[in-house]
Amino acid sequence: MDQSHRVPMIGRRGFIAGAAALGALHHPTGALGAMARDADEAVFTTAFPQKGRMILQRTRPPLLETPFEVFDQGVYTPNDRFFVRWHWAGIPEQVDVATFTLTVHGHVDRPLTLGLGELLAMPRIEYAAVNQCSGNSRSLFSPRVGGAQWRHGAMGNARWVGVPLKAVLDRAGVKAGAVAIRARGLDEPVVPDAPAFAKSLAIDHARDGEVMIAFQMNGEQLPLLNGFPLRLVVPGWYSTYWVKMLSDIEVLAAPDDQYWTKMAYRIPDTPHASVAPGQAGYAQVPINRMVPRSFITNLVDGAQVAAGKPLALRGLAFGGDQGVAKVEVSADGGGTWRQAQLAQDEGRYSFRQWHLAAPGPTAGPVRLMARCTNTAGETQPLEANWNPNGFMRNVVETTTLTAA
Amino acid sequence: MNRARILLAIATAGLATPAFAASDITTVMGPGGVTLRSVTVDLPQSDREFPGADAAAINNNCLTCHSAGMVLRQPPFPREKWAEIVNKMIQTYKAPIDAGDVPAIVDYLAKR
Repeated sequence: MDQSHRVPMIGRRGFIAGAAALGALHHPTGALGAMARDADEAVFTTAFPQKGRMILQRTRPPLLETPFEVFDQGVYTPNDRFFVRWHWAGIPEQVDVATFTLTVHGHVDRPLTLGLGELLAMPRIEYAAVNQCSGNSRSLFSPRVGGAQWRHGAMGNARWVGVPLKAVLDRAGVKAGAVAIRARGLDEPVVPDAPAFAKSLAIDHARDGEVMIAFQMNGEQLPLLNGFPLRLVVPGWYSTYWVKMLSDIEVLAAPDDQYWTKMAYRIPDTPHASVAPGQAGYAQVPINRMVPRSFITNLVDGAQVAAGKPLALRGLAFGGDQGVAKVEVSADGGGTWRQAQLAQDEGRYSFRQWHLAAPGPTAGPVRLMARCTNTAGETQPLEANWNPNGFMRNVVETTTLTAA
Repeated sequence: MNRARILLAIATAGLATPAFAASDITTVMGPGGVTLRSVTVDLPQSDREFPGADAAAINNNCLTCHSAGMVLRQPPFPREKWAEIVNKMIQTYKAPIDAGDVPAIVDYLAKR
């Protein structure tokens, strides 16, 4: 890999990124030797267009992960650090804004072909929303599962500006009996007869007025790898529905029977989408709304801190498909919890920053945990879920430090 | 070779050409100062091959659709699990893998 370089991992939960900047970090003796497998090394790249330094999970089609230290730098994830995930390698390398069109067809009165100028002229909506891959943090599943071995960086938060999907559907005139919309982008499979990526949403969800056809992200046009020029934004739902390079919307009069909705991205229909490894015969449903998560962002696994000195902690939380009601932090492995101070509310679907001054730890290992409860009263579980696809992790994460 | 045949199929299917023809107009403007500008990028390709003397089958069949990095980052799985994954690539994702190469690909993945 001539365009990237390797950085050894400290362990599976965190990594030494920008070690010089985080002077407190400390290599536990022997850990690097024990963790020498490819899966436990982060490979960084700056080779991708419109992207800064990213963790390279795969070159083609690209899987790029946001380095964790980015999440400590603010509540919004910069466009050039926002994670990237494509299913097929047939990604256009050129998008011409003058000729690009979005087609709306199927079970409608007036099939439409809209240019970007027409879309920009329509009334807009704007909000902040977290975009998170269904398999974010998959590498932490135990027993481990196949798929992109993301750590926590297959997520990001941005301010999105665009047109409500409802307004576009209304313009086409959805016919009675419509049950869903199926969205497609410009990306194509690279082998004949393979299933092109497309995802569907129930018609009422598509017309809720919040689902957005976005053309701006953090005040700029989207990077090509994040879906330029148009991307579906489905706030509170996993990223698989946020179709990139959105070019085609089909209104369906019958449930979507294509592969990507019918067969892929399915979860056990159980609490926390959790089953026992090896279990079979359970019902499955398409993955859907997100669940609450929280992260300590200013300290990572293996950090060394001063015993007896108050710990200034900060992090990010999000409520899934609801706002953040509270974030609690434990410095004793879950024995006692203190409520963190929430920073400015950027909206129901946004990351929310939090701060806490924890009492100085006694010498020895310190197990820090952060736990988010959303405004619907849903709290992160203390036990990790498990399913064969590595979807929907939201266990309370633990950061282990050493106080000396 | 299988790979060469597929690359030819991709080229003749026109997937390598832009989805929309380029024009002289490079911006579209809307109210509120929103401007969208045409974008042309070069996506990096990977020349990384699966390492080892027994990697010919996987290199000949699997790099058409995806580069090697994600595969090499998978946790260890038993042979049956790898057979299931390779079969899914063939059945679901229409990977044009020569049937005779499947055992060598599965062996390679299971031995890592």
